[in-house]
Amino acid sequence: MKKLVYLDNAATTKISNAAREAVLPYLSESYGNPSSIYSIGREAKKAVENARAVVVEAIGATPGEVYFTSGGTESDNWAIKSAALYGKNKGKHIISTAIEHPAVINTLKSLEKNGYKVTILGVNQHGQIDLNELRDAIRNDTVLITVMTANNEIGTILPIAEIGAIARERGVLFHTDAVQAAGHIPLSVSDMNVDMMSLSGHKFGGMKGTGVLYVKKGVRLPPFIHGGGQERSLRSGTENVIGIAALAAALSDAASRLPLTDVVRKRDRLIAGLLKIPRSHLTGDPVNRLPGIASFTFECVEGESVLLLLDGCGVCASSGSACSSASLDPSHVLLAIGLPHEIAHGSLRLSLSEDNTDEDIDYVLEKLPGIIAKLRDMSPLWHE
Amino acid sequence: MYSDKVMDHFTNPRNVGELVNANGIGEVGNAKCGDIMKIYMKIENDTISDIRFKTFGCGAAVATSSMATEMVKGKTIQEALDLTNKAVAEALEGLPPEKLHCSVLAEEGIKAAIDYYYKRQDVQ
Repeated sequence: MKKLVYLDNAATTKISNAAREAVLPYLSESYGNPSSIYSIGREAKKAVENARAVVVEAIGATPGEVYFTSGGTESDNWAIKSAALYGKNKGKHIISTAIEHPAVINTLKSLEKNGYKVTILGVNQHGQIDLNELRDAIRNDTVLITVMTANNEIGTILPIAEIGAIARERGVLFHTDAVQAAGHIPLSVSDMNVDMMSLSGHKFGGMKGTGVLYVKKGVRLPPFIHGGGQERSLRSGTENVIGIAALAAALSDAASRLPLTDVVRKRDRLIAGLLKIPRSHLTGDPVNRLPGIASFTFECVEGESVLLLLDGCGVCASSGSACSSASLDPSHVLLAIGLPHEIAHGSLRLSLSEDNTDEDIDYVLEKLPGIIAKLRDMSPLWHE
Repeated sequence: MYSDKVMDHFTNPRNVGELVNANGIGEVGNAKCGDIMKIYMKIENDTISDIRFKTFGCGAAVATSSMATEMVKGKTIQEALDLTNKAVAEALEGLPPEKLHCSVLAEEGIKAAIDYYYKRQDVQ
């Protein structure tokens, strides 16, 4: 078999063993519709409610605060659009940051077209916001603050509990996109002072197309999807029983194995090894960073070229370069942390899971310096 | 996403490097957009006797540079000026739509090098 070193776990993960086990009874035995009254329907209903209880426990919520969705993007859309509607009598001002996921950024842009004003907080070189700037940005008509728990491209973990405390003190709803953080660092909605939180199943060993929106008791969001009344009439549609069972099992399993000390050790080996390449730089917060994310820029090379040559060696990774997307601009996150365009084009993200071995790290440390050297040899920008 | 031909020219690019005795040099693109192509030509008796390139950019940028230099090597100036981005893309068995600008860059790079050569001739 061809060698495969999967270092793109921030893009998606493989289904965890716990999740795989959890779904088996619902594939061809208890396959009923959870809304049906006969036994296999009741079993499916029970699976959904058990899964909900597991998620409630994993994030420190209380029953009735967890809704299942089709993923992180839907959860972000629901939270932000509904909070905007919910608060429209108070005002039409929202605060967010420059490094949010497109699911948040583009939802905010759609609200701007409908008369909402959005203040985007800038970040420093590590991807951290200034809390005083946040305090100053809050107005009487501010109805929502939305800040991600951790960034997907550079791994920076933001001080969510402190941001939540500020929001609460000022009486503003607070949403966090915790898609990249869940299953990787401990999450407790009460410690984090959040009113709403988005999760995505496939980032921690669950299935694609599954997600969670946590909504704190007392926050009365309007329904997001109208229909048959599932998810307490807020998010209708027949429940994705298999996906929900997988998500809960994966989350509970991932949470039980925190902290990811050994992943951090391997990540730091990777970082130390790759920073030996001349004119290479770590992006993101060197201290407050997700256990699995090692993100870099290499001057005078372009990210897509690096990905193609890595792929040739069987290594799966990501880049925020323009050429790896349809747009001509490099990642908004890399620009927000102050990188010039030409440096941002040379970005590389390697994201680890517990499945990655020390041999995987050795392999990348062996292959990548040669790849960078080869590309620099043909780069008109490179002068030793 | 890329054809086998693009991958071949990306992983084993032809004519990479610089020419110390080049009399035609063209640089197109800019680092801000993520693509820079620099073409070096040795032109003798109206013919491109040797050619090299250096490129900063994605797989398609490298492959189009490699292919374009192959296509004009040993050709007359007029033949090189007739090279179109479409011909480069076709020779590579196609490019994804968002990468077509790389073939435009290759055509422009060849023309810029020849333009430089002509300007130098005028000065002399």
